[in-house]
Amino acid sequence: MPELSVGQAINNALSLILKEYPNAFIAGEDIGIYGGAFGVTDGLLETFGEERIKDTPIAEDVIAGLAVGAAMTDSKPIVEMQFSDFIVNAMDPIVNQAAKLHFMYGGAVNVPIVVRGASGAGTGAAAQHSQSLESWFCHVPGLKVVTPSNPQNAYDLLLHSFVDPNPVIFMEHKLIYKIKDDVVLNNIPSNSELLGQAKILSEGNDITIVSYSNMVNAVKGAISSDELSEISAELIDLQTLSPLDMQTIITSVSKTKKLLVCQEAPANSSVGSTVISNVVQSDAFSSLSIAPKLVSGLHSPMPSAKHLETTVIPQKEDIMQAIKDMV
Amino acid sequence: MSVTKDTQLELHRMMMLIRLFEEALEEMFSRGLLHGTMHLSIGQEATAAGACLALDKKDLITSTHRGHGHCLGKGADPYKMFAELLGREDGYCRGRGGSMHIADLSNGNLGANGIVAGSLTISVGAALSFQLQKKENIVLCFFGDGAVNEGSFHEALNLASLWNLPVLFLCENNQYGMSMASEKAVAGESIASRGHSYGIESIQIDGNDVEAVYESVSTCKDEILSNNRPKFIEAVTYRYRGHSKSDRNLYRTSEEINFWKDEKDPIKRYIGKLLEQGITEVDLKEIDEEVKNTIRTSVKKALDSPLSPITNLEEDSYA
Repeated sequence: MPELSVGQAINNALSLILKEYPNAFIAGEDIGIYGGAFGVTDGLLETFGEERIKDTPIAEDVIAGLAVGAAMTDSKPIVEMQFSDFIVNAMDPIVNQAAKLHFMYGGAVNVPIVVRGASGAGTGAAAQHSQSLESWFCHVPGLKVVTPSNPQNAYDLLLHSFVDPNPVIFMEHKLIYKIKDDVVLNNIPSNSELLGQAKILSEGNDITIVSYSNMVNAVKGAISSDELSEISAELIDLQTLSPLDMQTIITSVSKTKKLLVCQEAPANSSVGSTVISNVVQSDAFSSLSIAPKLVSGLHSPMPSAKHLETTVIPQKEDIMQAIKDMV
Repeated sequence: MSVTKDTQLELHRMMMLIRLFEEALEEMFSRGLLHGTMHLSIGQEATAAGACLALDKKDLITSTHRGHGHCLGKGADPYKMFAELLGREDGYCRGRGGSMHIADLSNGNLGANGIVAGSLTISVGAALSFQLQKKENIVLCFFGDGAVNEGSFHEALNLASLWNLPVLFLCENNQYGMSMASEKAVAGESIASRGHSYGIESIQIDGNDVEAVYESVSTCKDEILSNNRPKFIEAVTYRYRGHSKSDRNLYRTSEEINFWKDEKDPIKRYIGKLLEQGITEVDLKEIDEEVKNTIRTSVKKALDSPLSPITNLEEDSYA
């Protein structure tokens, strides 16, 4: 079992896909000789050649659009948005085309594409290179949205996203790329059963903490601190944001009677607010002993200075405080 | 290139089919039978008929919001199209798409698109598939003059040229993007000149001359496949009806519309040419009657067919 970073785990998954699926190709900005802005596609050009590792101009609209057209004609494209902020330039092919065509054409076509993008803050890259826009895509029927948090689930979730017959937005938080762990290099699955399944990372009875992407790692830090050693927290990594695995959350909240959601994105119309809304409308509502709480990023563009950036993003200490307030 | 008599009759038949299909839709709309709006291509039949009949079944097209003609040209069943517009289960999209979103993959139609220029980048992706799969086919991408000012038009042309993709960009310049005259919207010399900017050989043709369209598309297809380069055609044409059903035609004169109807109508012009070349009025009448009959029986069958059942639409959103 090799020890791999998230970046390497994704690279391994991409490599396996290209090996097993002759109709798969990758397209994006600087993914060839440069190896991708975050090194995720490093070495793939040498192995698979220019025909399948397609460096594109800086043109996100056509990158996403060509994926749609290729997917409708028996190719299996995976495209990279160098920074997920740039996906804004590709909203028409993703939202109006990829998400809609299967439904709009009465089921006559599928659009199995994976759009990978580096999301999130913490690198001092400021307002246009740091956003967490995942909830935009959760709002669109027809799309699936996936957010890994560690090397193993990055590897597995990418393979499952690839075999899914629907368009998948795969958001990779920049700060997870260097996280290392042992990774079981599973084969390509026959179906995408992992999508739509949350994962309980630690079981507990005092509080349910729901999180996703890199914020899962902040929550892990918080609940493993000595200060909170007496508290038994159940940590759920959503993994897939659309569709949401509400059953796992509702079952957990019914047991712990408390719900805390932690996310880097701002709160308005967000994944966390949807989770809380769904719990409040569910049978678990009557088991809640106190109001659910959402720890989120501030409603502010991301500043560049480190002290300001850490003010906008929830920190381990903010999560610890919220847990202490609730338990 | 000389067009055979059989092809000539087929070009005429297809233009008649498109015209009568859309006139039947208008009639159904005025009787309150249709829900929603539609964009009619009456007056533009020559581009759809000429271009689509120059393709093989395995060549693909992408189409626009004004796409009934493209769809019929590529061989769609008028019954299934009427059924779609009427929200019937037998419709191409089972009532989910309607006028603006008919796809007919079995005949190589990747679908009509309600977003102006929305299909440009899709056509590039489909052409990339052909290139990767080493297929000897092309993708013909229809779009209107309104599309050439969208960013995706430029991104698509640039990439198609860089990657030598087998795509034929066919701009149906009907001279108005909704109410905006293309001369007020398009900077530079011409729409065709924009293809040149990206190193794509581009021509401007009379889009109301069905044989000119047929021959240009045939030639372009051959050249795309032999030279491995995309091509660009600007076909100048004119729509008689408004942009959609809500249009009051305030941006153009009835003289202008009548000039195109009287002097430039693609069907009328072609009938004149065919009669000059020895095709008889009896030949044409036989075709017209057959088309009328097809439309009549298709409408009736569609009206008699069951509505699309209300299923779990949330589940239908996903494959």
